[in-house]
Amino acid sequence: MSKTPVTFRLNGQDAAAFADPGSNLLDFLRRAVGDLSPKYGCGQGTCGACTVLIDGEPHLSCITLAETVSGRDVRTAGGLANGPTLDRLQEAFIDKFAAQCGYCTPGMLMAATALLDKNPNPSRQDVIDAIGGNICRCTGYEPIVDAILEASRNTRGAA
Amino acid sequence: MAVEFRKDLFADERDDSFDQIGQPRVRQDIEGHVTGRSPFFDDHLFDGLLHVRCVRSPHHHARIRSIDASDAERMEGVVRLIWPRDIPRNMNTLLSLINFGRDDEPLLAERKTAYIGEPVLAVIATSVQAAQRAVAAVQVDWEVLPHVLDVEEALTPDAPVVNDEYPNNTFDYHERYDHQKLRFGDPEAALARADHVVEGTYQMSPIEQAPVETCGAIAAPETNNRIVCYTSTQALFFSIGVTGKLLEIPSSRLHFIGGTVGGGFGGKVDSHHEPIAVLASLLTGKPVKYMWDRAEEMQAGAPRSGERWRIKDGVMNDGRIIARIFTGFFDAGAYTRLTSYGVQKCTGHLPGPYTIPNVASNIFCVYTNRTPSTAMRGFGITGVDFAIECHMDKVAERVRMDPIELRILNAYRDGDMKAHRRLAKNCALIESCQVVAQKADWRLSADAMAQSSLTGGGADWRANIPETVTDDEGKIGERRRSGLAPDPFAGTGQRGRVAAGTFTDHPATGNAPQRDDMIAEASRLGFKVDTGAPSAPMPQAERPIAPPSPPPAAPPPAPAPPTSQGAPTLPSAYSEAPPAPAPAAAPPAPPPAPTSTAPEPEPYRPEEPFQRGVKRPGVSRFISGARRR
Repeated sequence: MSKTPVTFRLNGQDAAAFADPGSNLLDFLRRAVGDLSPKYGCGQGTCGACTVLIDGEPHLSCITLAETVSGRDVRTAGGLANGPTLDRLQEAFIDKFAAQCGYCTPGMLMAATALLDKNPNPSRQDVIDAIGGNICRCTGYEPIVDAILEASRNTRGAA
Repeated sequence: MAVEFRKDLFADERDDSFDQIGQPRVRQDIEGHVTGRSPFFDDHLFDGLLHVRCVRSPHHHARIRSIDASDAERMEGVVRLIWPRDIPRNMNTLLSLINFGRDDEPLLAERKTAYIGEPVLAVIATSVQAAQRAVAAVQVDWEVLPHVLDVEEALTPDAPVVNDEYPNNTFDYHERYDHQKLRFGDPEAALARADHVVEGTYQMSPIEQAPVETCGAIAAPETNNRIVCYTSTQALFFSIGVTGKLLEIPSSRLHFIGGTVGGGFGGKVDSHHEPIAVLASLLTGKPVKYMWDRAEEMQAGAPRSGERWRIKDGVMNDGRIIARIFTGFFDAGAYTRLTSYGVQKCTGHLPGPYTIPNVASNIFCVYTNRTPSTAMRGFGITGVDFAIECHMDKVAERVRMDPIELRILNAYRDGDMKAHRRLAKNCALIESCQVVAQKADWRLSADAMAQSSLTGGGADWRANIPETVTDDEGKIGERRRSGLAPDPFAGTGQRGRVAAGTFTDHPATGNAPQRDDMIAEASRLGFKVDTGAPSAPMPQAERPIAPPSPPPAAPPPAPAPPTSQGAPTLPSAYSEAPPAPAPAAAPPAPPPAPTSTAPEPEPYRPEEPFQRGVKRPGVSRFISGARRR
């Protein structure tokens, strides 16, 4: 079976790799491209650990065919920081103790990024809705919600 | 004092200021988490990585007549199969590494399977999909066997044998007993004089740990004849030991790397992935990953054991609990894993944080055809605490008492003797109840608010059974050699296992005879119960000291401390001695003198800082001076 070449933008850079037939975006990003930040949690689109942004929209990469990102813009948690400078969301997650084991964190960050990009001034309920598809087994969610709200406040202060 | 706590050992390095609560702290591993660079086991890339999937039993209980994998073996992408015969020593139990329990679980089942999802064959293939296709093509000829899923059904004589190593369907404690006992005081007599007997049955389901990262391991050959293994394990040294034992290779050849765990909650101690991944790597010479998908994690991953509890309390009209009897059943599933240990943890926890002078418990670690259960967040404690606290509310209802005040009345205080015969210290239940009540605007009586864990403990009945004798290493067994306590089996010729369902103790053990209600329970479950007189009473001469120790000579009636701050003045329903008159303004009662059979324990002196490298009497040499020097 032949592999498919896929060219796309990954975190602002041109990227290209060969996708196995039928392979999902999660495996493609992790194994073929080498971006290990999206995580495998369920493989069924239910836990959110593999969330990435495709053209700014959050998608579950484990149930997205790799070929479908051809020519599109993909963002992952691995590309949030600008060099050594962390993103405001990452800073807020650190300050608010919003991660314990850290396995769901990349997916949480991408769901939150999608929210703040669209709605820089979310209510608590908006935040809860935005991360409603992301499962965290450690924190009980409250610190994560606090961190996302904190990040939105920091944005407003900076603007 | 035989048991030293870390906080005592490092007392000079702690200020115990408790000013960190509510202060945000930066985790040392958080930057990796928020940048997606924390090295979870699956975040290591290998060229030519192979994948493993297992053929699993679809039946609760089945014999394997034959396995036809000839089609699967020839499928595209399949590298090779792992059969049970490929495993050098295909039998293990997790806790064998600490010499607890017998090997009872194969890595891949060869003869029969005892739960849905038990693996019988592993397929190594170039992709997960190829491995899954091959697994689906394997033909297993199953002979379905009768199964049992309920703990009490599993104890009946007709129940199918789940685990051949334990044909009674119960773990053998001390190679002798089909359950773990606790005996303290005389619960039967106390029940007889109690105003109320409150009984309840409670049950907790198995609970899956459900970490977001599923369990798994990647093994790959290193260039120095070693195997490197990245693993999600919570217990790296368990994993190394188990792998070395099953594969019969020295641990010096195993280079295990772990420590970044995507959520564990106890479910990642079972060490099933590492042996298979390492073996697959040895057999193929390639890097191999064995990682569960979510369905396998939920079906075959070991949960917390289900528990069933019967609790019977003897309660006085004023709310004092004078007796508590437990019968507990832990559902180990098909194999032991850590449930045997959970039962012992649980026994050490009974009867909950309450000073009850008469306690008995019998806890069974039962095998059923369910998924084997293992560690999960406070296993052995959480389930029984649920039962105990539900039961406390039931008791409060019966005696028409405020449930929080009932807990304050019965709570441990510093100096009380716990049911496993260790002194209670650093108690805080009373204070916790008071704070909780205040925060919840729950009105307590002035008397309940005036109680304290620091006063009134250890007086009279609260500590009149002596502390367990230990040597200065904190070991109980050593007392036999030292002559402080008799070997209960000396001269009996009874070294082997007690027959199935034998509820009566051998007279030579000196233990209190089983109570009637437990004998009735055993009969209900269908055991042949020997209630007859001791067949061969031991000559008194062979029992140098008759355990249990007789109660100490009635201590001088302990005067009750002033009621405003001290213990509640309790007419003694706890002991048969008549209640002592309470002289006003008497000094607090001194702790009762230990009985003559027990050496005076070292007083507990937390205020004295511990100097590292100095062996204090009573401190194990393994955690202090001798070993460190």
